[in-house]
Amino acid sequence: MNFETLIFYFLASIMLFAGLRVITVRHPIHAALYLVLAFFTAAGLWLMLEAEFLAITLVLVYIGAVMVLFLFVVMMLDLDLQRLRQGFWQSLPLAALVGGLMILEMVLVLGRKSFIPDFASMEPHHAADYSNTKELGRLLYTDYVYPFELAAVVLLIAIVAAIAITLRRRKNTKHQDPAEQVKVRRADRVRMVSMPSQKQSEE
Amino acid sequence: MFETVILSLQGLLGPVWPLVYSMAKIVAIVAPLMLGVAYLTYAERKIIGYMQVRIGPNRVGPKGWLQPIADALKLMTKEIIIPSGSNKALFILGPVLAIAPALAAWAVVPFSPELVLANVDASLLYIMAITSMGVYGIVLAGWASNSKYAFLGGMRAAAQIVAYEIAMGFALVGVLMAAQSLNLVEIVKAQQGGVFSWYWLPLFPLFIVYLIASVAETNRAPFDVVEGESEIVGFHVEYSGMAFAVFFLAEYANMILVATLTSIMFLGGWNPLFDFAPFTWIPGFFWLIGKVCFVLFLFLWFRATFPRYRYDQIMRLGWKVFIPVTLVWILVVGAMMQTPYGYLFH
Repeated sequence: MNFETLIFYFLASIMLFAGLRVITVRHPIHAALYLVLAFFTAAGLWLMLEAEFLAITLVLVYIGAVMVLFLFVVMMLDLDLQRLRQGFWQSLPLAALVGGLMILEMVLVLGRKSFIPDFASMEPHHAADYSNTKELGRLLYTDYVYPFELAAVVLLIAIVAAIAITLRRRKNTKHQDPAEQVKVRRADRVRMVSMPSQKQSEE
Repeated sequence: MFETVILSLQGLLGPVWPLVYSMAKIVAIVAPLMLGVAYLTYAERKIIGYMQVRIGPNRVGPKGWLQPIADALKLMTKEIIIPSGSNKALFILGPVLAIAPALAAWAVVPFSPELVLANVDASLLYIMAITSMGVYGIVLAGWASNSKYAFLGGMRAAAQIVAYEIAMGFALVGVLMAAQSLNLVEIVKAQQGGVFSWYWLPLFPLFIVYLIASVAETNRAPFDVVEGESEIVGFHVEYSGMAFAVFFLAEYANMILVATLTSIMFLGGWNPLFDFAPFTWIPGFFWLIGKVCFVLFLFLWFRATFPRYRYDQIMRLGWKVFIPVTLVWILVVGAMMQTPYGYLFH
């Protein structure tokens, strides 16, 4: 067993542990944090596959943005741990069905011959200055340009939809528009009045 | 002399040598960084003091030089109080998660063409990914403290940092378009040739956005609603002693980090001000340090000058001003590169 295999087993065992804890741990915040750990170790595993662009993007997007917002929302919820566990036995059959289907699908996909890599024909390790990012960019903008553009359009629709959902405003809200406030100049608010000083009345 | 010492040590330690050598290099980066943090706090108090016509710290040591050492000793000897209703494990984890990214990002920062711990190809992406994890420390500290004020501070921080990270990321997209590389060493090398070849000029809107967003990202004044003393006190109200000091260290280490990144990506890194004789005599490392000090001075100057932003104004500036500005300028740079004037943007 060489050093690389050692690192692989180290990361893999952390990831399995973290993944297991995500579904077994009681508190949702702890579960979210274990999910962050699982993502981070997955990024480490991808680095070992020399997929550094994907590994770093996983950290940037999933840990740096998605999970932060996730944590944000979970922290704001009023969580009652007792009530969370109430419906466990009722929803178990449906959950087991969905889980079983997912396992079946994964076996069907991963079990195919074409999915098992041919180790003999795999390229040897690349040099340290090999740019995985450039390679990925070239493929995305040449061979896979249409699927890539299609994915971009789908994402754009999702963005527009997400923004459209937030575009409802309560009446009589006390919302202020900072843009208007920033634009205000003295002349809009202050009126200079020139008043002659009053003479003291003589008695 | 140095080489023979290295070689003899290599023979002595054998297989553990790479480990020991890497550790030594890490210490050689982190130790001066910590000293820099200590004296940045001193510089901050002195500079803001003089700007406000005060003297600043002047009691400990000559001209107050030992003040940061005294502060560190005081914090170290204080008790770390863990609130009884808090989540203890996460309460301790908070400061650790805050400082770890602030230090880990330094692994790829180049100080000169050769002086870099890990010259990886995607170092710009690495920096963005690692610094995006800094928010966890703040959010967790706010939540684990089990205090309303800390929680509000943590929430504000999360929303603010996520918002400004996007503008920062887009500003860096402009840099990588101009340099055509994600490698920080290559980015600096692409800016050779004096002050007018540095990227602050062709990418001026992105430079300004990056500079202001980095102030917001490090939760410094005028964007310091996270720890606004007058309203909510902040995410670290429940922390004391060394646990608080670690947050403090993380904030200042992050300040030095973003100042270094600004110098590397927009101010030409170790390139001298002009590419002729008296300027090229000074080694590149000192040019970089000088630029970092200049950007840090701007940070302190901002703090002494601007009143604190209101929270909705911060959000408006991040989402409605900075992100459109960066997007437009990325388009401009991309379009200009297709014209004969493309050389202006390289």
